[in-house]
Amino acid sequence: MNRRLVRGACGVAGFLVLAEVASRTGLVDPDHIPPVSTVLLRAVQLAADVEFLGHVGTTLTAWALGLAVAIAVAVPLGLLIGSLPWVDKATQPLVEFLRPIPSVALIPLAIMLLPDTLQMKTSVIVYASMWPILINTVYALRDVDPVAKETLRSFGFNPFAVLWRVSLPSAAPFIATGVRVAAATALVLTVSAEIIAGRGGGIGFYTMLVRSGGINTDLLLGAIVWAGVIGILINFLLVRMERRVFRWHSARAEVGA
Amino acid sequence: MLEIVKLGHVYGTGPTAHQAIADINLEVAQGELVSLVGPSGCGKSTLLRCVAGLIQPTEGEVRLDGTPISGVPDNLAVVFQDYSRSLYPWLSVRDNVALPLSRKGAGRAEAREASERALGEVGLAGAGEKYPWQLSGGMQQRVSIARALAYTPSLLLLDEPFGALDAQTREDLEDLVLRLRTEHTMTILLITHDIDESVYVGDRVVVLGRNPGHIVADLPVVLEGPREQISTRATPEFVALRAQVAQLVREQINS
Amino acid sequence: MSTSTATRPAAPAEDGDPAGGGSPGGAARVGRAVLAVLSRSWLVVLVLVAWEAVTVAVDDHFFPPPSQIAVRMYELWFSGPASSAFLTQEALDHFVPGIGRLLLGWALAAVVGVVLGVALGRSELLHDLLDPLLQFFRAIPPPALLPVFLILFSIGPRMQLATIVFGIIWPILLNTMDGARSVDRLHLDTARVFGLSAPRRLVRIILPSAAPKIFAGLRISLAMALILMVISELVGATNGIGYLMQTAQFGFDYQAVWGAVIVLGVLGNVLNLLFTLVERQVLGWQHGARQLNS
Repeated sequence: MNRRLVRGACGVAGFLVLAEVASRTGLVDPDHIPPVSTVLLRAVQLAADVEFLGHVGTTLTAWALGLAVAIAVAVPLGLLIGSLPWVDKATQPLVEFLRPIPSVALIPLAIMLLPDTLQMKTSVIVYASMWPILINTVYALRDVDPVAKETLRSFGFNPFAVLWRVSLPSAAPFIATGVRVAAATALVLTVSAEIIAGRGGGIGFYTMLVRSGGINTDLLLGAIVWAGVIGILINFLLVRMERRVFRWHSARAEVGA
Repeated sequence: MLEIVKLGHVYGTGPTAHQAIADINLEVAQGELVSLVGPSGCGKSTLLRCVAGLIQPTEGEVRLDGTPISGVPDNLAVVFQDYSRSLYPWLSVRDNVALPLSRKGAGRAEAREASERALGEVGLAGAGEKYPWQLSGGMQQRVSIARALAYTPSLLLLDEPFGALDAQTREDLEDLVLRLRTEHTMTILLITHDIDESVYVGDRVVVLGRNPGHIVADLPVVLEGPREQISTRATPEFVALRAQVAQLVREQINS
Repeated sequence: MSTSTATRPAAPAEDGDPAGGGSPGGAARVGRAVLAVLSRSWLVVLVLVAWEAVTVAVDDHFFPPPSQIAVRMYELWFSGPASSAFLTQEALDHFVPGIGRLLLGWALAAVVGVVLGVALGRSELLHDLLDPLLQFFRAIPPPALLPVFLILFSIGPRMQLATIVFGIIWPILLNTMDGARSVDRLHLDTARVFGLSAPRRLVRIILPSAAPKIFAGLRISLAMALILMVISELVGATNGIGYLMQTAQFGFDYQAVWGAVIVLGVLGNVLNLLFTLVERQVLGWQHGARQLNS
């Protein structure tokens, strides 16, 4: 474990040095791809730049709002589809058609229909990120141990109680995985919407703004470093949360293996 | 002929080092079938991996027909206990058997023919098109045996081959091994924890002890006539030898 | 089989019959088939009808009824000669290059991702060295790199290809790496015992064993490639479906904007379907093995 950490650090350091050298020696055009040290310096400067922080805040607000609405819509919908076979049958063709639609294609449509930027962003984020949650909820409900359900039912509990006490808890870890996938999708969509909209701020908007100001890739890459860091942090936090909340689940999986 | 000379193996180094086997000396003549039996933790699988050339022992050496083994020798085949992982689920039964034959320089048609023949010998003629996972456990282990046979090894290692099977299937496959050894000239090393099986199938039974794995006893199996599941197991010689081996294994567990 | 009984609504009465038992009457069978289709399609029909009704009632420029969208799509793109599969010149000029870039980018990412992934997966050292970097690259939302590639390559196909390849390679690479690392040790031991050479071990053991994970990565990447194709065409292209959508929007041709969305939806479905077919063919063994094991 420790050795892996050391090696990983060596890999990162090696990459930084190589990229720095390539740019300093003119192996790549330093105007287009600036030295890593410059990019990192810009990233540090951006962290103290109130304007950039405002854009980060805008992006995270839309992301969080969109993801929250997606969860609020997709989980109940998934429970409904997963517990009623006739709804499952009827929605299947609809879901199968709607899911593969490239969500960014809806951005121009949303821009056209919704003048408010936050509403526009939220609606496309919701559309794109509800699928992983919905699908995971439906599949997880199908996988619930029938013995567990029948046990409760044999004690006289009604179907709602069974759903609440057995189906939902045992589906929850899979729903959480769906949420984690959806979180990454939501970030992609937020940035995409900001790039295409060209208004309303956000990290995507900021990168387009920088780009239109001429060739300043250093600033652009500095902003992208933060986009990557945000992506990693979001994933890390969600994994941590899953581990905490569903300790019983991973423990059980290990015993079973 | 297989010679194991002063074989020992230590896993790891420093304070976490673990001596799995020590000072193992064993000679197996050409065409002989030797059963290795012992309690868990007696280093059976380490011994097997050394003989198969999958790991390089830290002490001593293994010689096959006079040449020391380093790396996997090309006239050796292994039947592993875990057939479901040892057979490749993405290959048909025939392709599983034929896969190693390219090493022997066999062409496509030749490999196909050899695998059909081997499948016939283990009673699976016509199952070549199927996938391993479509077969029962006993049939899958037959495929593993066919794969080894088609490879025409001079040394066959059986690593607890029937441990995961039910009693009836196990007996069928024991008899299959006994039949096959009369039809092929192979030296066979059978590793098992089943005392009955070690006596029933073996020409000799070698009992292993543990901490670290070492040889406790090397007993010849002298039984009259051809072996047969019911009558052989009822003979006084079988019963006596079985009791002796059981006693030795029990002592190892309690020590 | 008489057609007069096919639509007789008496069929549901026979529903108590256990399925697959013997030979139910022809009428009952047809009735059951009709029922099965109906139970799967009523909601789709309902949604389409509601869409049409609402849009006609609201009569909003931005919200054209689906019937009008269909007519507009036909006029613009699908009224071409039979010799070009009924596609108009505009459709040929814009659909083909975009889809070409999408497939080319996906293929490039697949080849590079699988090759690098296997190499990293089979070498503990390389894996440990590069894993943190790769995880970071994957975490960057791919569209964020679009402005960078706009500067490096300016508007055009090179920029679009770079955006697609750099954006989608990570799931393929990381999944392949994961798959190549987790090859069952007994699979490899068996291959060594039977003396399989290193190239044959790679082709016959490691790649098939990693294939389920590789395909999972390829599927994610295909969906992402489509997204990046569209966004790169919306921002920096002179042709493509996304470009068509953009120009339609600027020309207040809202029916065409909706039409382009539908075309992209169909494209997404077709790609998904083709991928599923190939995957089923290649991973058929896995499906069967898993079903029997569970």
